[in-house]
Amino acid sequence: MVMIFGKPLILLYGQLTLGLINGAFYALLSLGLAVIFGLLNVVNFAHGALFMLGAFVTWGLLTYLGIGYWPSLVLAPLVIGVLGAVMQRTLIRRLAGLDPLYGLLLTFGCALVIEGLMRNQFGSSGVPYAIPEALSGAVNLGFMVLPRYRAWVVIAAAVMCLAVWLVIERTRLGALLRAATENAPLVQAFGVNVPRMVTLTYAAGAALAAFGGVLAAPMNSVNPNMGTNLIIVVFAVVVIGGMGSILGSIITGFGLGIIEGLTKVYYPEGSATVIFVVMVIVLLLRPAGLFGKAA
Amino acid sequence: MLQVRGLNAWYGESHILHGVDFDVAQGEVVTLLGRNGAGKTTTLKSIMGLVPRREGSVLYGGRETIRQRSDLIARAGIALCPEERGIFASLSVAENLVLPPVIAPGGLDIPTLHTLFPNLKERARSQGTRLSGGEQQMLAIARILRTGARLLMLDEPTEGLAPVIVQQIGRTIREIKARGFTVLLVEQNFRFAATVADRFYVMEHGRVIDMIPNADLAANMGKLHEYLGV
Repeated sequence: MVMIFGKPLILLYGQLTLGLINGAFYALLSLGLAVIFGLLNVVNFAHGALFMLGAFVTWGLLTYLGIGYWPSLVLAPLVIGVLGAVMQRTLIRRLAGLDPLYGLLLTFGCALVIEGLMRNQFGSSGVPYAIPEALSGAVNLGFMVLPRYRAWVVIAAAVMCLAVWLVIERTRLGALLRAATENAPLVQAFGVNVPRMVTLTYAAGAALAAFGGVLAAPMNSVNPNMGTNLIIVVFAVVVIGGMGSILGSIITGFGLGIIEGLTKVYYPEGSATVIFVVMVIVLLLRPAGLFGKAA
Repeated sequence: MLQVRGLNAWYGESHILHGVDFDVAQGEVVTLLGRNGAGKTTTLKSIMGLVPRREGSVLYGGRETIRQRSDLIARAGIALCPEERGIFASLSVAENLVLPPVIAPGGLDIPTLHTLFPNLKERARSQGTRLSGGEQQMLAIARILRTGARLLMLDEPTEGLAPVIVQQIGRTIREIKARGFTVLLVEQNFRFAATVADRFYVMEHGRVIDMIPNADLAANMGKLHEYLGV
């Protein structure tokens, strides 16, 4: 058996793949958080709940309407995007201009309410969702056997992150978003409907979380706690990458997923805490995060 | 074109403007003069809808804008070049230039702007805030010339700039006046303002206290010195 630093290579590959998958979710979620925080100055604690709702919408579309996985990849983010827009218009907008702490508390409250309602309806164990047929099974890569669905999750998340990054960095819409993140009143004084842009940005962040939820649905069970478990780590990722940095959140997301995977191989006891250890070190050395600009 | 009557404005608890009255006619260059803190910048920001609490009347082309949101005021044809210039660091020079949406035909196109401000062409790919102060000012002016806005409000465009750049900005203002734009200027640099403006309004303690046409400038120098404390 091939060994690397005293560990079987096969184990290393396996955990690296898992790490990449976790990293894919970290990247997708922290990207949405970064975009929302940049423009709205809201630390969106409801992000995990929106992710979970995305998975439940996927499940609901199949169970009640017979709509399968592929259309859900578009429909669930749309549904949750609309929900996000409604949340922003009816609740979050009222806190504009106040200390970010209020937004944090509000969205945290929203998350608790949403998760409580879902637990009440579906219980804590959740509901199963089958892997779509085209992605079931595994491919033998020679050095390891890779489940097709896992490969798909990593690719889909990476492509989505890249697409979001391109939109933000290379398009006019992205330029407006970057400018409004720096100085929203001035952008509005140029004739841009900034309030609408803020709503759409929150909706887009929510849709991105829901997209992650669709990807996650077939992986374990679809359950009301799936967002809570993830969001704590994602906030650590955001802090490490630097609040509001787009590229930073993508790179940090994937990077920390891999670090976590490697830790599972070499020091399994530390795998649950390694991200927080990294966070502490980064905060001590670079308080603004790896990619953040010092305020 | 612009008629301001009894304009009051507040920042939080502090009452900054106490009933500002003045007019700007189509095609004019009008300057607001006054000491620091007289309320000149607040007047521009109030017209632009950037001061949250404002009262009185601001008629633009006969339409009341005092209650309007700033994006709708901009869409009506008013553009502001702010004192701090407002160049975006996360945007390139080219992106900064085309950021404000075109709201009406009649703005200058990019080739014309590049002829007026050659530096902006050379440095199109640079980060906006990497430009020198003078270049940033040119970018901030060029940016609002493109949109088709007819009333351009320039807040201290010459502040902190070298004389040669001040001259270039002076040429630009005369050029845009010749093209039929209307300009409302705030200036500390009275000498500069005298080279471009048709009329001067003098502000003090949040009010307009005097109006001097450029033709009567020489006769009023003593009074002006007293107003401005120069």
